[in-house]
Amino acid sequence: MQKFTRVQSKALPLNRADIDTDQIIPAQYLKRIERTGFGQFAFESWRNDPDFVLNNPAYEGAQVLVTGPNFGCGSSREHAPWALEDLGLRAIIAPSFADIFRNNCAKIGLLTVELDQDACNYLVARAEENPAAEVVVDLEAQTVSTPDGSFVRTFEIDPFVKYMLLEGLDSIALTLLQDDEISAFENSRSSLYPKVTAS
Amino acid sequence: MGEGKTISEKIWDRHLVVQEEGKPDLLYIDLHLVHEVTSPQAFESLRLAGRKVRRPDLTLATVDHNVPTIDRDKPWTDPLSTQQVQTLRQNCEDFGVELFGVEDVRQGIVHIIGPEQGLTQPGMTIVCGDSHTSTHGAMGALAFGIGTSEVEHVLATQTLPQSRPKTMAVEVNGTLHEGVTAKDVILSIIHKIGVSGGVGHVIEYRGDVIRSLPMSGRMTICNMSIEAGARAGLVAPDETTFEYLEGRNFAPKGADWERALDEWRSLVTDDDATFDTTVTLEGGDIEPCVTWGTTPAQSVPVTGRVPDPSEAASPQAQELAERSLKYMDLQPGTAIEDIPLDRVFLGSCTNARIEDLRAAADIVRGHKVAGSVRAMVVPGSGLVKLQAEQEGLDTVFKDAGFEWRDAGCSMCLGMNPDTLAPGERCASTSNRNFEGRQGRGGRTHLVSPQMAAAAAVAGHFVDIRKWEKS
Repeated sequence: MQKFTRVQSKALPLNRADIDTDQIIPAQYLKRIERTGFGQFAFESWRNDPDFVLNNPAYEGAQVLVTGPNFGCGSSREHAPWALEDLGLRAIIAPSFADIFRNNCAKIGLLTVELDQDACNYLVARAEENPAAEVVVDLEAQTVSTPDGSFVRTFEIDPFVKYMLLEGLDSIALTLLQDDEISAFENSRSSLYPKVTAS
Repeated sequence: MGEGKTISEKIWDRHLVVQEEGKPDLLYIDLHLVHEVTSPQAFESLRLAGRKVRRPDLTLATVDHNVPTIDRDKPWTDPLSTQQVQTLRQNCEDFGVELFGVEDVRQGIVHIIGPEQGLTQPGMTIVCGDSHTSTHGAMGALAFGIGTSEVEHVLATQTLPQSRPKTMAVEVNGTLHEGVTAKDVILSIIHKIGVSGGVGHVIEYRGDVIRSLPMSGRMTICNMSIEAGARAGLVAPDETTFEYLEGRNFAPKGADWERALDEWRSLVTDDDATFDTTVTLEGGDIEPCVTWGTTPAQSVPVTGRVPDPSEAASPQAQELAERSLKYMDLQPGTAIEDIPLDRVFLGSCTNARIEDLRAAADIVRGHKVAGSVRAMVVPGSGLVKLQAEQEGLDTVFKDAGFEWRDAGCSMCLGMNPDTLAPGERCASTSNRNFEGRQGRGGRTHLVSPQMAAAAAVAGHFVDIRKWEKS
């Protein structure tokens, strides 16, 4: 997993509530068997609108998305975070996120930051007014700020998720260190649970 | 605060492999269901890391999301779908995972086949790379959707690190009126708590209405827990559950069955347990529902009208409603029963069980699909299809002018060739009415199987309570 420490970049403003993963990456593009290449299809139907923010070259290079509440609701497809990562995004700021989407992001090193609606509104307005305006997302300090220091907000994050992101750790490798505990659990597990095939 | 535990907490605690301060709990997973779309990258990563599937015997794969529902024996039109299905077959061979392939009568939508096979049992932890995994909660299991990285994690370790969820009780009291279904119950719940009302929670559905529902209805309700944002939804097991399970392929037999029953009967929420959140609905207030917008919370009774966005509760809700109406091409004030339809889809993990098909066939019998409508039935599994054919339901549907298809997710998400054309309007028994969900530019109205069947005949929505069966 890619480490996340600090990102300073333009912010992409997408101020809508309840953006679902079908919008982020439509189902017809989930047929690829690779993890990469999904960015070109991200928000596909909205991109038909020439005024859609992703069509504005002024936001090119933005690594931070600022968006509305309940971002990433719907399908569990990890293709959605993959698509956003493929667009070059490293962090998403919103008032709230859907659970599975947030988990999926954490697994690939894409940081989800919850800020209150007013703070998000401010960042959206600022980015809409001046696409070149940068924001700083600092995971160690748990802050989102403007480079001039006029805006600083702290955010909450699960300490373990923070640790994993800062170190870029492989969750599976960590769990495999607990192989003894898993085996012990299996040995004490009820024989009544079904098995798909004889083991 | 009581000392008691809710059922979801009991299941959670019984599956704790490791619990450490400052870390998510490590949960053991009893059943991992795998399908073609969210697994290829997980298997590939296992391969690259030289890892094995820890418990192939607790893993079952099937193909459902992008398989065609017609002419399966001929070459498939979509090379990418073909490749994805072949990749799953290869992965299952390489890693020793059982696969219900496209030629297998047991193939079907992953959330239909788990319960159907009796693999889904009370008290289990079940995961799948699909958000509608919550369906299995109807059996009293703790079941939730995961992403591909988590699929890989479960394949490699049979465990999953998870933060402990909050608990929510949704109580539906009283009784339902004739013509009101489990689908209307869950649409009403989502309407009440909103699409993010359940975020962070496991919902336990309780109350007389839930208790009186058959397993098919409980599955419909648990299925759509994710549409309220919940991590999972479940119903405590009872005699209805045990009756459903007894004799199924993977259900315990003989002395094991009796032992299992003893175990399962302890899976109830203690009287002195407390929930983080409680929501109550009166069954008698629930009417047949139709969604008018692009989130599952945007629904009204069939006797209602398309709402006026200017009357929305907040500026944000107003903006969302305006955007939804524009996408749906609907005017505020239009009577729901006046909305004409182009397509009807009877299918999906929400409503493609045999009970759903029977209920729809009862409405359709002796009628014809309206000339302006193209209607399709996609059974939830090969076995549901077979059962329906044995009961003659296929003839009822075909005589009325419905297409009778093979099992799969089909037009619920439009990954296979079953899609809406831009601008087409569909009454659908599925779970999501998001923009473009059933095909780019397609317009989806979520309804019960009975309402979908009646709409197919009438060519527009009708109040099922006034339907005269022939």
